[in-house]
This record gives sequence, C-alpha cells and structure tokens, in this order.
Amino acid sequence: MKVTDKDVAYVADLANLELTEEERAGMLRDLNSILEYVDRLNELDTSDVPPMAQVFDRYGVDEAKQGSARFAYASREDVLEGLRKSLPHEEALANAPDADDDFFRVPKVIER
Amino acid sequence: MDLTLLTIDAARSAVQERRTTALALTEAHYARIKQQDGQIGAFLTLSKERALEQADRIDRMAAEGKTLPPLGGVPVGIKDVMSTRGLRTTAGSKILEKYIPLYDCTAVARMEAAGAVVLGKMNCDEFAMGSSNENSAYQTVRNPRDLSRVPGGSSGGSAAAVAADMAVVTLGSDTGGSIRQPASFCGVVGLMPTYGRVSRYGLIAFASSLDHIGPLAKTVKDAAIVLRTIAGRDPMDSTSANVPVPDYVAELDKPVRGMKLGIAKEYFGEGLDNEVRQAVEAAIDKLRSLGCEIVPVSLPHTPYAIPTYYLIATAEASSNLARYDGVRYSHRVRGVKTLSEMYRRSRDEGFGAEVKRRIMLGTYALSAGYYDAYYLKAQKVRTLLTRDFDEAFRKVDAIVTPTSPTAAFRLGEKSNDPLSMYLADIYTVTADLAGIPGISVPCGETNEKLPIGLQILGKHFDEASILRVAHHYEQSFR
Repeated sequence: MKVTDKDVAYVADLANLELTEEERAGMLRDLNSILEYVDRLNELDTSDVPPMAQVFDRYGVDEAKQGSARFAYASREDVLEGLRKSLPHEEALANAPDADDDFFRVPKVIER
Repeated sequence: MDLTLLTIDAARSAVQERRTTALALTEAHYARIKQQDGQIGAFLTLSKERALEQADRIDRMAAEGKTLPPLGGVPVGIKDVMSTRGLRTTAGSKILEKYIPLYDCTAVARMEAAGAVVLGKMNCDEFAMGSSNENSAYQTVRNPRDLSRVPGGSSGGSAAAVAADMAVVTLGSDTGGSIRQPASFCGVVGLMPTYGRVSRYGLIAFASSLDHIGPLAKTVKDAAIVLRTIAGRDPMDSTSANVPVPDYVAELDKPVRGMKLGIAKEYFGEGLDNEVRQAVEAAIDKLRSLGCEIVPVSLPHTPYAIPTYYLIATAEASSNLARYDGVRYSHRVRGVKTLSEMYRRSRDEGFGAEVKRRIMLGTYALSAGYYDAYYLKAQKVRTLLTRDFDEAFRKVDAIVTPTSPTAAFRLGEKSNDPLSMYLADIYTVTADLAGIPGISVPCGETNEKLPIGLQILGKHFDEASILRVAHHYEQSFR
C-alpha cells in the first residue's frame, strides 16, 4: 500500500499537525519506507489468533466473575475525592498559556 | 571515601553511622555534575532546593539516632518523563518547556518517601521516542565511556549519569528497550520490570500498553533495592497489578545451581556483531560454570517483533500525544485566529521530527480503512510473540540474549535513517510486547573498550529469578 501526498495531508489533518512543505516531503518518504517494512506481518496467518489488547487479563482479574465484576480490583467507590483531593482551581490553571480567573482562554471557534 | 563511588547500602549506612552526611553526599554529586555534565549533557534540570531539603531531613533523622529508610540520603536522578511536583518536567520536548507538574509520579513519591535525594531530571529522547538520546529537543547526551558515541536511548541521560557517577541510581522508562539498551551501551545495570509491576501514574504516556518504569544502577543489588521500593499496586494506575512484592534483595543470594536458562537461536543470527556475540557466549559459559543448565529454545516470531512494535507503539502514541493541544499546559503558538490553527501550529512547532513521524505513522495505522490491516494485525502478532515466550518458559526459568546487536554507535551514524535506528531495538522490543521483565548487565567490552550488555528475560512477575542470575553473574567477577 503506497502512501500518497493526499494521504499525508489527510493524516496530518487527523493528527492536528500543520506540516511544512519540507516536512510533508520527508514524511512521504519515511512513511512509505516504514510501511513497506511492516508489510511483512502479512506473511503470518493470523486468522485464528485473538488480538492482544490487554497485556494482562491474568493478574487481579477475577476469572470466576462475569462482565465488569471481573475488574473489581481496578475500581473504587463512586464518591467525591475517593482516592485523593481534587486540584484547587488556581493550581489547575497554573500552567495555562492563557487563562482568566475561571477558564482556559482560547481563540474563538469559527463556524465554517 | 569518594562520595560519588558508593552503592545504595554504602551511602545509606555511611549517613546512618554519621561517617558522612546526606548533605555531603548531595554536594559531592552536584560537584561531580558541575565537573562532568558540561560534556555529557545528562541533566536537563537540577533540583537543588528540593535535594537540600530532603538531605537535611535525612541528616536530622540520623542525628536523632532514627533508623533511616532504605534509600536514606541516596542521590538519585529521575528521567524527565516522570512528573515531579513543582519541578519542571519536559519529556525532552519543547512542547513542555514550561510545564510544572502539579503532582508527583508514584514511583518518584515512593523513592522520596524511602529517603532518596532527587538531584534533578534526566535528559531523554523526546517523549521517550528514540534509541540514541539524539532526539532530545534540548541537548544530545554523550556516552561517558566514549564522548563521540551515543549513550543509547531513550533513557540516555539516566544511563550516562550512573555511568559517570553523577547519581547513585536513576529511574528510567522502557517502552521498546529504553532502559536496557542505554544500560548496555553505558556499562551499567538496567532493569525493566514486568508490565504492571510498577505504577505508571505520573509517567508521561508514550504507549500505554508498553510503557514501564525501572531503575538504572551500578549493581544488580541496587536495582533490586529500587524495585522493592517502587513496585506494588497503586490505585491511581488501574493497570498496576495486584500482585505481592517479594523482598527482591533477600532473593538475590539464593542459589542459581540447577536453574534452566534458555538460549534462543533467533537472537544469535545475522546482524549480531561478532564482539558482542563472543562476550555473550563467554557470559553463557560463565553461567554454565555457576551451575545453570543451558537449554536451546526457539522464539520463532522474533523477526516480526519490530514491525509489530512500531505499529502498536506509534498508534498508542498518536492517541496519547493528542492531549498536547496548547490549551491547558503545553506550548501555544501566538497570533492565530482560530482554535484549529492554534492546535495544528502549536503542535507542529512544539514537537520534534521523530515525534511527528511516529504520530503520523500511528494515526495512519489507526485510520478508517487501515485499522484492520495495521493495528489489529499487529495486535494479533503480539499474541503470537507472547505465546512464543509462554511456550519457552515451560522449559526454562529465564532466557539469556545479547541486549543489543552492537555496542554504542557514533553520534549521527543512524540519525538520518529512522528504519535503521528502529532495527537496533530487535532484542529488546519483544519483552515489552509480551509484558515480561528483562535486565541488562555489563558483560565485557569491545576492542575499543565499549561496554557490552547481557540481557536476561524472565517470566511475568519473576523479577526475582532474573535478578538472582544477574547478581550471581556479576558477583562471580569479584
């Protein structure tokens, strides 16, 4: 599967990256080279192989239970500040490039 | 006594017994950093205030005759992908140049609760993406053993600092080999625990199913001490495992006689440098002489590990790095008219070339029409790779391999060819994909005096076995 200029533009759009023209050329070359290499995965027949989405279903998971009860070890009570205190407002805004007392401030979202 | 040549126990007991102070240890390491780091580049930020406060706390405990915690007074470095409250954390990227975290990474909090003195934040490849530490947006790290060469990556700063005695121990992170490979290149010990053994809370995420935190140290015992300190269930990370933490240090001196060690032919084929091969084979002979039984095993899907890794890791990274949008805490470009332009230009400006490359690859692999062919396919091959290990571990207790096909390469040698850089990870990515633990220990040098690393891979949650083998091997030279 060869990647085209149009693909690069489309993917950059999805990834929210404003690539320069030079970057787009380099990206075209690199993506094609890497994708050509990863193509070898098609040498393997994986029709009967389940995907490994989770590294662990073996530890902590209660095999005897069904559905979300299996993951009880990873959940907590649905209470306010169950694990720790919430961040105070001013702290939460402390790293903002632009903020007022209440909100993060951003450029207006323009209707297209 | 040279205060920069101590192990954890030696440092801690010297402070406990008032033969020195935590303050003196801290100052000695800062002096060493001042003397050496100009040419190495391992530290991005120094945390003198935080360090001196902690050192003072420890010294007061010692003065009062109180028993110091296990890392009491020990100077450490933290890879700059782990958040430290109030202390700038950059992930090696310009996009976080001004980021001051509001909380501590759990692993860091546990180190400090155990008395460790955080000297500063270690340089690394940007967002932990790289195998040479040439991708840091700030400065390149040089290998202390040969300044014209790379220290390895992405935890290059962490490895170099320990190798140059600028810290007793450091924390690094490993997603495709980023603790073990730089440990190997710099001649130090690097341990990647089982996935879920150490909480990832506070670790700036690269690939959530592959990221691990682990120690880089001067000795295997020091790595074991740190693991015992940072391991264990953390409710703030739901992927941290609910598995008890053994006393890894007590387990070290148990006998290795009779342990079965697997040698996988796929790790000794084409591409392995001859000097590395010889050093690793000599190490295997040494292990045999220590009473281990050497058993041939096969991990047949090994040739598919790199493509699998570079699809899964980049896909997960493209999702994790979406948060750097310039809104709440990352770099924001000025003078833009729309929100969309703000996102796109802030990100293009703030991210380096390798990061953008991986975001693009990952986004492509997940996009409609390609998800099945790439990401889903890679997840299935991941199952096959993991089954290879499950099968092998029915016959052996651990698997011994070279850590890297070569010793440290020269700065600039691979930086123009991303694929060639990726292929350097061939022996390390498999463990990340399967979630098993791995340790790299020094096992000799090339003719040019470059360190060579021996890697020992173990079963899930069996760090005790790989630490034991590594420890006996290391001690056999003393």
